[in-house]
Amino acid sequence: MAASSAIASSSTAFINKKDVGLSAFSSQSSFSVQTARKRISKKIVSVMTPQQTERKPATTGSVKTGMTMTEKILAKASDKPDVSPGDNVWVNVDVLMTHDVCGPGSIGIFKKEFGQNAKVWDREKLVIIPDHYIFTTDERANRNVDILRDFCNEQNIKYFYDIKDLGNFRANPDYKGVCHVALAQEGHCRPGEVLLGTDSHTCTAGAFGQFATGIGNTDAGFVLGTGKILLKVPPTLRFVMDGEMPDYLLAKDLILQIIGEISVAGATYKAMEFVGTTVESLTMEERMTLCNMVVEAGGKNGVIPADKTTYDYLEGRTSVPYEPVYSDEGARYLKEYRFDVSKLEPLVAKPHSPDNRALARECKDVKIDRVYIGSCTGGKTEDFMAAAKVFLASGKKVKVPTFLVPATQKVWMDVYSLPVPGSGGKTCSQIFEEAGCDTPASPSCGACLGGPKDTYARMNEAQASYFIMLGGCWQVCVSTTNRNFPGRMGHKEGQIYLASPYTAAASALTGYVTDPREFLQ
Amino acid sequence: MAASTALSSSITTFKSSSFQPRASSIKPLPSIKFPSISSNNPLISHSVSAPKNSTVAPLRSAAASTTPETTKTATTFHGLCYVLGDNIDTDQIIPAEYLTLVPSNPDEYKKLGSYALCGLPSSYQTRFIEPGEFTSKYSIVIGGDNFGCGSSREHAPVALGAAGVLAVVAESYARIFFRNSVSTGEVYPLESEKRICEECKTGDVLTVEIGESRLINHTTGKEYKLKPIGDAGPVIEAGGIFAYARKAGMISAREA
Repeated sequence: MAASSAIASSSTAFINKKDVGLSAFSSQSSFSVQTARKRISKKIVSVMTPQQTERKPATTGSVKTGMTMTEKILAKASDKPDVSPGDNVWVNVDVLMTHDVCGPGSIGIFKKEFGQNAKVWDREKLVIIPDHYIFTTDERANRNVDILRDFCNEQNIKYFYDIKDLGNFRANPDYKGVCHVALAQEGHCRPGEVLLGTDSHTCTAGAFGQFATGIGNTDAGFVLGTGKILLKVPPTLRFVMDGEMPDYLLAKDLILQIIGEISVAGATYKAMEFVGTTVESLTMEERMTLCNMVVEAGGKNGVIPADKTTYDYLEGRTSVPYEPVYSDEGARYLKEYRFDVSKLEPLVAKPHSPDNRALARECKDVKIDRVYIGSCTGGKTEDFMAAAKVFLASGKKVKVPTFLVPATQKVWMDVYSLPVPGSGGKTCSQIFEEAGCDTPASPSCGACLGGPKDTYARMNEAQASYFIMLGGCWQVCVSTTNRNFPGRMGHKEGQIYLASPYTAAASALTGYVTDPREFLQ
Repeated sequence: MAASTALSSSITTFKSSSFQPRASSIKPLPSIKFPSISSNNPLISHSVSAPKNSTVAPLRSAAASTTPETTKTATTFHGLCYVLGDNIDTDQIIPAEYLTLVPSNPDEYKKLGSYALCGLPSSYQTRFIEPGEFTSKYSIVIGGDNFGCGSSREHAPVALGAAGVLAVVAESYARIFFRNSVSTGEVYPLESEKRICEECKTGDVLTVEIGESRLINHTTGKEYKLKPIGDAGPVIEAGGIFAYARKAGMISAREA
């Protein structure tokens, strides 16, 4: 896949997909210079001199020559010709997302500050997605979804993905599931835009070449009333990932590699831009995994240039015109990191920190008592396809309880309907059943963040029941989720190994943390 | 700090209107003589050294001058500290199972406080909050690197504030926690010049002087420099971004 992508991505910069108009061309023009050698385009693109706006000399006395794509998006959204890292700018918000955990509080602040009868700034730009605590008898959790519903009715909110029948999620055609995956699937993620959400993993949407970041209730309350937010322009770290991706690696390995490299605070306040032939070869879902975990390095946003892969994904999902932007050739980066992906190996993050990186094979003696495949990070269609591929290759049964929580209703449908390549037409669900996994659960955030005590697959005990008689071992989970801080999946002594769906499935088959090459080669 | 520094330049985007003073409904701000050391109750000494305007004076129209007139205040906290390490994520500050509590609801706000820091692993042997209590006797939290990382839940600074924490002093912060602390005005997220979480012990008696950017540990007799809180200080002092914006005349006063 890597071979063709370099060409694809550079040529698509000029596909006038959605009537982007002249301004898009001028903003891309320096990109064209950079990639002209590789570009194969039948179109003749008029090369016009980019409009030079007056730039302030930097403090060093040198003159700025270009902007990163994050800077460009924020400049555009704040109606400024240019911005520099450190600038505080008022940004117009294209989409605000909230969910059942932070929505009620944000609504409370909105009403308190703007008045009981206030209207949101734009009923079509607010997306409300119940997803965190849905399939629970917790009354307060249920009430919080009711608060969202009442608010959406009152405000006539266009995009509210409601659930009323908790007994059978499929009886709720509007219900989606995990917000970050639903945002993409429903076409709310678009290149060049600013998307905010009351959830730290909102950065997932950066995969679409947009600025996306998580905010708190108070900021969201402010956005609800004004459609604006004050943001500091972050400096950008650039991650160049080249080389053909080995077929036992997934994007999860790449981001665990990066977080292990720069630490859980290595990108605090910073943008993380992912480029290179490997990134160009990734599917949208894999790009989402990469951007999803930038917050685990402290990053403000992650971003990947939009290309043909992006446009193909968006085809039919949105009719809103969008305007992709690209980093200038002379853009300034705080630091650049380079990785030869062909040399990487399957990784895990050991307890209790996402930067506690180790090779999966180094942890082969770690006995586990469960596997969890789900969440915005590792609960997408391709994540389940990857797990099914390992089960299929092994032909064996899992040795520990293996919990599967599709992120959204769409993913759940895919798990039950899409044939797994090389299986003779079997679906993921059939392969999972044959391997002895738990039946795929109703789509939601599930046990990724623990949640109410009755949450499916939550780590409720300190110790694995069948280990107690052996003298006591902590409950150990290999999980495709994003965080392994103490208590993240329930019990605070629970041990979580973050891993790719390949590694998670391989570990389920052996009962130990396992390098997927044991089954894939 | 990011939150406030650009406020001045963009005030013009908001309608300026008459100013209505509003006392912070969250923080008790008694004028207590300082120093007066008492171990159990957090004491706050709040003195204003602005000659012309009180702290709650509206900042002059920044449309006219790009730098708003900042009133110099000296806010001092005094109390016991609770000491934490590096990478204290928001799941440890307030575990996800309590996120059903809605912070904007006063009863649930209070309850959130009772769960503050209950997600800490058992290696922290001293309880932050005694069973049955809603608030903590520790009013200053000391942390290491990357305090408040992880989930963006605003419940985290809210839980600390509701538990009676006035300031966190850490080596560095995760971005969203810092911003949420300022936006809500719940706690001062202060940065120490050097690592202090190994030099302070839970239960030490501390004084934090915001104006002087100084922390004094009375138990050990040591003094530490803090990084200035800058323009975020007045926002927190006002009780958050909305209260500050009203004081400054950036947004219209709320209809009572």
